[in-house]
Amino acid sequence: MTLFFEQLLNGLQLGVFLFLVSAGLTLIFGIMGVINLAHGSLFMVGAFLAATVTEATGSFFIGLAGGIVAAGLVGMLMEYLVIQHLYHRDHLDQVLATFGIILFANELVAMIWGRTPLFYSAPDYLNGSIEIIPGIIYPVYRLFIIAVGAAVAVGLYLIIARTRAGMLIRAGSTNRDMVGVLGVNISQLFLLLFGFGAVLAGLAGAMAGPLISVEVGMGEQQLILAFVVVVIGGIGSVRGALVGAILVGVVDTLGRAFIPDILKTFMDPASADGIGAGLSSMSIYILMAIILVLKPNGLFPVVTARH
Amino acid sequence: MNSGRVLIAALFTILAIALPYLLTAAGEEYLIGSATRIVIYALAAMSLNLILGYGGMISFGHAAYFGVGAYVVGIASFHVFDGSTIFGFAGTDAALLSLPLAITISGLFALVLGALCLRTSGAYFIMITLAFAQMLFFLFVSLEQYGGDDGVIMYNGRNTLPGLDLGNDTAFYYVCLAFLIGFSLLMSRLIQSRFGRVLRACKQNEDRMRALGCNTTQYKLVAFVIAGSVAGLAGALNANLTEFVSPDYVHWTKSGDLMIMVILGGIGTLTGPIIGSAAFLLLEEFLPVAFETVGLADWKEHWRIVFGPILIVIVLFARGGIHSLIVRGQTDGR
Repeated sequence: MTLFFEQLLNGLQLGVFLFLVSAGLTLIFGIMGVINLAHGSLFMVGAFLAATVTEATGSFFIGLAGGIVAAGLVGMLMEYLVIQHLYHRDHLDQVLATFGIILFANELVAMIWGRTPLFYSAPDYLNGSIEIIPGIIYPVYRLFIIAVGAAVAVGLYLIIARTRAGMLIRAGSTNRDMVGVLGVNISQLFLLLFGFGAVLAGLAGAMAGPLISVEVGMGEQQLILAFVVVVIGGIGSVRGALVGAILVGVVDTLGRAFIPDILKTFMDPASADGIGAGLSSMSIYILMAIILVLKPNGLFPVVTARH
Repeated sequence: MNSGRVLIAALFTILAIALPYLLTAAGEEYLIGSATRIVIYALAAMSLNLILGYGGMISFGHAAYFGVGAYVVGIASFHVFDGSTIFGFAGTDAALLSLPLAITISGLFALVLGALCLRTSGAYFIMITLAFAQMLFFLFVSLEQYGGDDGVIMYNGRNTLPGLDLGNDTAFYYVCLAFLIGFSLLMSRLIQSRFGRVLRACKQNEDRMRALGCNTTQYKLVAFVIAGSVAGLAGALNANLTEFVSPDYVHWTKSGDLMIMVILGGIGTLTGPIIGSAAFLLLEEFLPVAFETVGLADWKEHWRIVFGPILIVIVLFARGGIHSLIVRGQTDGR
């Protein structure tokens, strides 16, 4: 039971990561209609800059800020140079052009930082473990991530539901052209929104650094998981991204932890390990397939005026 | 097809047939392997073009079927070498058995995954095809018996074919070329047939086709399965070429590469994918060399830093690909 609870928290923490990555992805898609494969590159930029700045200043939080700011700036540059030309193109062009960005970004990062993974750690007071409930000891850093994720989720909700910017975002996702006709500077709104999505990806990358190795191509793993999240949640829905992310995080973590053991109850250990490993790495995709069969447009389908 | 284009196609076919002799005469036999690779990827890109270019289905997971085909050959060969069995099947080294098996199994995968993916459309379709390909990637990584991450080396060498030594590079090149020419002929018939017309009409306006009483999903699924089977064949050939199979076959960038080949050559054209495959693989081979020549040897392994922006520029400014530069204004549906 202790193990189960721990794994549940691990799943929640993975879900929070995925939420940060997919929230930006889904916002950008919902409003601008752009599939941005290079979103994972922003995650990578956040992690690399955070590693470098942490190394240079010795402060994890300055590093975190560095990663976030860098990802935001790189994101806005990306929007200005390439993405803004893709708004009126079909999905195929968007996929290919942003794939080109990935190739470029990965090589650039490899040229600057090399191909050996970087490591940096969180400050000491976040590195320990505490007893959250009697008998359950859990790393503080992972709790910190869950807390940040929860704060971002609440913050996003407040921004989208309560502010003028949020109103524009909601209006834009329903009918982009109408918002433009009503006198909103669409290209400026898109630039800022893209930067905002990049900031979220950068935040996720910078926080992921101490847990996973910071290396070239790290963003693409997250990107594909974020796609699964977005497909499950419904493209364009931030609420869907939150639910989808936590679902994927929990299913993936619990699957890896328990599927081999469950199989062992009725199979011989060797084949249970083999099949279990395969099955647990496939679990989230199976989850996606099941949800797709039941709800082809995701759990929270977004209705738009565009086709 | 007008007579001029038939002539060009015939010229290229003759060139492709003469290529091993030309390379041997030039003393560059080792390039026959590279030429075979181009032919195999052309086959895979052409199969993708059927659904991408003619059907308008943006599949970002086509490498999945390429990989399944390759793994069928790899696993069959592994069991012959190992003397073990899989589901009671002792494995095979015979091309006459392994290739049809690869085609069938990758076709079945395409049937199942296609039926799921085609429930969606647009951006969902792109993401979900990518996700399922990634699922297969992780599945192959978890196959400890077949080397996991490292893959399977085919210690028995290439598959055998009665009367022909596939271990001979030239002979193997011709086998691959025969498949490519065969599939090209099939494609040219297919896209002009009723089936092809319905498929192309679905790309233009699926709602209209449905309103006309056509079960569009069924047509698209058939195209998806054909494309998957042929990609599986290409994968099986590539496994034979390299005598090696690994999860790398299904890496998501492979799907991207195949897509780039189609776009680079000319989407929705018969010969575009062949041109694209040649252009892409030649760039991959010679961009590093070019870097070295201009004194940027350090950049050699970073050729993608140039290729990425090239791709972006092509997408933004040259939508018809190389094909439209050669044959003006002939691209289908654009």
